Amino acid sequence: MSRDWPLWEVFVRPRGGLEHRHVGSVHAPDAEMAVRHARDTYTRRMEGVSLWVVRSNDITASDPDRSAEMFEPAESKIYRHPTFYDLPDAVKHM
Amino acid sequence: MYTTEMDKKAADAGLAQNDAEDPAKVARFEERVAADEFIEPNDWMPEAYRKTLVRQISQHAHSEIVGMLPEGNWLTRAPSLARKAILLAKIQDEAGHGLYLYCAAETLGTSRQEMIEALHSGKAKYSTIFNYPTLTWADIGAIGWLVDGAAIMNQVPLQRTSYGPYARAMVRICKEESFHQRQGFDLLLQLVNGTPEQKAMAQDALGRWWWPSLMMFGPPDDQSPNTARSMRWRIKRETNDELRQRFVDATVPQAELLGLKVPDPDLTWNEERGHYDFGEIDWAEFYAVVRGDGPLAKERLKARRDAWDQGAWVREAADAYEAKQAQRSLAA
Ligand SMILES: [Fe+2]
Ligand SMILES: [Fe+2]
Repeated sequence: MSRDWPLWEVFVRPRGGLEHRHVGSVHAPDAEMAVRHARDTYTRRMEGVSLWVVRSNDITASDPDRSAEMFEPAESKIYRHPTFYDLPDAVKHM
Repeated sequence: MYTTEMDKKAADAGLAQNDAEDPAKVARFEERVAADEFIEPNDWMPEAYRKTLVRQISQHAHSEIVGMLPEGNWLTRAPSLARKAILLAKIQDEAGHGLYLYCAAETLGTSRQEMIEALHSGKAKYSTIFNYPTLTWADIGAIGWLVDGAAIMNQVPLQRTSYGPYARAMVRICKEESFHQRQGFDLLLQLVNGTPEQKAMAQDALGRWWWPSLMMFGPPDDQSPNTARSMRWRIKRETNDELRQRFVDATVPQAELLGLKVPDPDLTWNEERGHYDFGEIDWAEFYAVVRGDGPLAKERLKARRDAWDQGAWVREAADAYEAKQAQRSLAA
């Protein structure tokens, strides 16, 4: 091998009803081998019932240097949370 | 972009930019680590932080990989099917640990290939403990109990190390290590309850593995020049001597439980300190083994290189299969 195989990000569904979660990555020449490697590397103890692999380079991520402008606007919108509303004690089940 | 596969150009651009080490960026970084924030792959970091991490994580990965060799040696000679299955599972875990850690190091801009080449050429270091021989079956018990035990002491605080991918790899590793230590202790427990010869074998193994295990924590704090900076950057969470003391305190009562004698005439409980006092470590031996004077250093690397070379056809076949499939899907 003259260079590394591409990197694949691995996602595991721990059990039915839960979403797939990112657990790490593996190198593999193709998707089929990536699934096999992911199985041996990340599910040796019944950690999951389903695996996804996706080429790392196919993921588009937000720029960490711009995370302030990206996420801070949500910080001031406290009225989006139920606790913002101070209701009389008489109001039940809300 | 900004995911974990570092494209080389972006990494190089990052390095050029870091050359200047903008004081405002350094200050912001110091502030973040001091506040126990995690640093992630594409966040700005000082070059020395990146280099320290690449060195530490890749050495750690190499240790997991080389660590399979002394145990692999005993796979065919394990005394029962159950012990074979357990040992095989442990060795497979160590391969996994190596893989988690190589991936973490790769997020810092080094490649898997570079790291493997550094290991195989003898340029990279790995834990000196694996340059000691495994002479008897009891050594497999001693390795699990003491070597994995010492590794756990080192690794538990690293779950909160400041570099996110390293910390996450350590969480996964720590979950798996406990079984390694327990199977080792269980193996020795069986031996000490066996024939006098078996008990003597266990004692002999403790005699040979005790001091090398204490050396696993690295040089004493006053001879460990980078400790202060690594502590400030939260790469390290506790000093070598603190971790070593904790290991001694935890392990001595376990040896007593096995009815085995720790090979240290100076070992005594210090009521006032609430810790065991223990004897002087032979650091000359440690540095000799670091330099590769260990009896097995050459053999370990040769076994590693042979495994790599003999597996070449598998990697080539996988490449050929991928190429054929890709061509088929183009044709279709
Ligand atoms: Fe390990
Ligand atoms: Fe282990």
